[in-house]
Amino acid sequence: METPNTFQQTVRVTNPNGFHLRPMKDFVELARRYQCSVKVSRHGRSVDGKSIFELMGSMLVPQGSELQVEASGPDAREALAALVDLVEKSTTADDPEPPLPPKG
Amino acid sequence: MEIKRGIPVSPGVAIGPALVLDTEWFRIPQRAIAPEAVPEELGRLRDALAAAAVAAREQQQTITERLGKQYGAVFGAHALLVEDPSLTREVEALIKEQRFAAEYAVSRVIRRYAKAMESIERGHLSTRAADLFDIERAVLEHLLGQRREALRNLQEPVVILAHDLTPSETAALDRTRVHAFATEAGGRASHTAIMAAGMEIPAVVGLGKFVTDVSGGDTVIVDGNRGVLILNPDAETLERYEATRATFCRFKSTLVGLRDLPAVTKDGTCVTLLGNIEFPTEVAHCLERGAAGVGLYRTEFLYLGKEKDPTEEEHLDAYLAVLRALGPGKWVVVRTLDLGADKFTVKSEPAVHERNPSLGLRSVRLCLRNLTLFKTQMRAILRASALGDVRIMFPMVSTLLELRQCKMILAEVKEDLEEEGVAFNRDLPVGTMIEVPAAALMAEQMAREVDFFSIGTNDLTQYTLAADRTNENVAMLYTPGDPAVLRLIEMVVKAAKVHDVEVNVCGEMSGDPIYTMLLLGLGLRQLSVTPHNIPEVKKIIRSVTLDDATQVAQEAMRLETARDVNNYLREQTRRVLPEAVN
Repeated sequence: METPNTFQQTVRVTNPNGFHLRPMKDFVELARRYQCSVKVSRHGRSVDGKSIFELMGSMLVPQGSELQVEASGPDAREALAALVDLVEKSTTADDPEPPLPPKG
Repeated sequence: MEIKRGIPVSPGVAIGPALVLDTEWFRIPQRAIAPEAVPEELGRLRDALAAAAVAAREQQQTITERLGKQYGAVFGAHALLVEDPSLTREVEALIKEQRFAAEYAVSRVIRRYAKAMESIERGHLSTRAADLFDIERAVLEHLLGQRREALRNLQEPVVILAHDLTPSETAALDRTRVHAFATEAGGRASHTAIMAAGMEIPAVVGLGKFVTDVSGGDTVIVDGNRGVLILNPDAETLERYEATRATFCRFKSTLVGLRDLPAVTKDGTCVTLLGNIEFPTEVAHCLERGAAGVGLYRTEFLYLGKEKDPTEEEHLDAYLAVLRALGPGKWVVVRTLDLGADKFTVKSEPAVHERNPSLGLRSVRLCLRNLTLFKTQMRAILRASALGDVRIMFPMVSTLLELRQCKMILAEVKEDLEEEGVAFNRDLPVGTMIEVPAAALMAEQMAREVDFFSIGTNDLTQYTLAADRTNENVAMLYTPGDPAVLRLIEMVVKAAKVHDVEVNVCGEMSGDPIYTMLLLGLGLRQLSVTPHNIPEVKKIIRSVTLDDATQVAQEAMRLETARDVNNYLREQTRRVLPEAVN
């Protein structure tokens, strides 16, 4: 349900370590720079994208998972683009731990 | 109702609300707060969250500089988590609606999330619940930090329950409001035991895990006579214990009548009974029971729970307080600092991790490395000696050389005082503890260089049997009744006699009535005991003849195992004073 000020997009987690604490921190810090509200949803669950605590509670997902990001407010379009970009470009280079071994 | 069994270390029965200190794991039991306390609790929460966030950010910076940005980022994430409005909102809701204490509310919310996270398939995420436990710990540290401060100002009498008590924690307690201790860890001679005996309140240690089963404010009974802790007693049990408590008070009051009677055997041998204390206020406990003085003044509490080492004046104030309380004609033996480097901060000494602290840099060894600290205490002891019968004693001396070093430093301090024109007793009696087997074996030589010996049976037993008294797995090896320990004591007493120096026993052994006849029979005429043990020990002395005691000692020395010795002594004591043997 998109209103003129609400935008949403599905994003696939590319970081081999998954969408975990460190990228979540970057995500929340970036989201908080915008006035719009940010929601992250998956499997019908939706949490505040500006709360690392809520993200950690339900959105810790491995590489390849899909998340819906929704931004709503005056600067929603820019926010969404930036956040999607962040998730898609997240790599293990910034992670404190080496990439996890492939599932097998 | 739940009943736990442990080791009774200080007699008496106490009934009261539990105060749970769990410093190791921060498992905080549920504790309800009053409606009017909600705003204060919310304030504590906000302060703790803010402090934890600041700490996390500082750590982020340190780690970033040391290891790199990606490692620091973890702590940046922790800071965000701690400050997260959703977390705050949920915790505040629990405080406001459920009246949970801040600690419990924080723990509840974080652990709910952690549990949800742990249910996620492991191995494919580098974030784990450990991060949440980390922040829980950080927040609780701040909350408990405030609470520990609050222990100085308890509002109501409580029974302290903990995994173990540290000396600095007990030092910080408002002692007038503590009715009993019960701890999961610890043995007969642990710090908690000594502390409780000093405070004359019931205590049970070595209870095993129970702290997680109890909530602060629950009614608990501590039975220090039988080593029992009862959580949430039923009405019948409660009633029975109220009665026990009254009986115990009556038994104690019959012993009070002994105060003014001398400690003399039936055939006229005089024994000097002295008290062991840690605080000047305990002198009253000694005098109430007719002690001839203080045979062991442990000075560690001057050093513990303090930001800085005590000044000469602080030492002097404490010693003068003891002298004033004692009055004329009674003496005090001041034992110099007897602590491990791990127990307090010495500014000049970097904190070194010791693999084996009880065999490490502690007690007089530490003092000999920190002459400023040592001399400060000596100066105060000497200055006090101008005003009353003060004696100095060095703990944990292992070799003659150490003893000579101590005496040399004492001589230097005397010279300084002399030059400054400060008054002191030139003939200040100097004694050494005999608590290291090496010193016991060299007692003949040591005796030539001191005025008195005091046998510290706690450490002597630990070092002779190489058994840590607080380690429940080996604690059964630890008993002063062991034939090896008895032989060392016998040697020391003989050496003292040959060289005409005074000798006493000041460990827990001297206050345990089952050993009284044995010690008398071995030739001891001075015992320094925990004040509350004086009446019972005196009663035994007054009930036997020296011949009796000598025979008991001779028979005990023939026995080959600690168990046989202790059984025999218990039997003999029962014969003389049945009430003294539980």
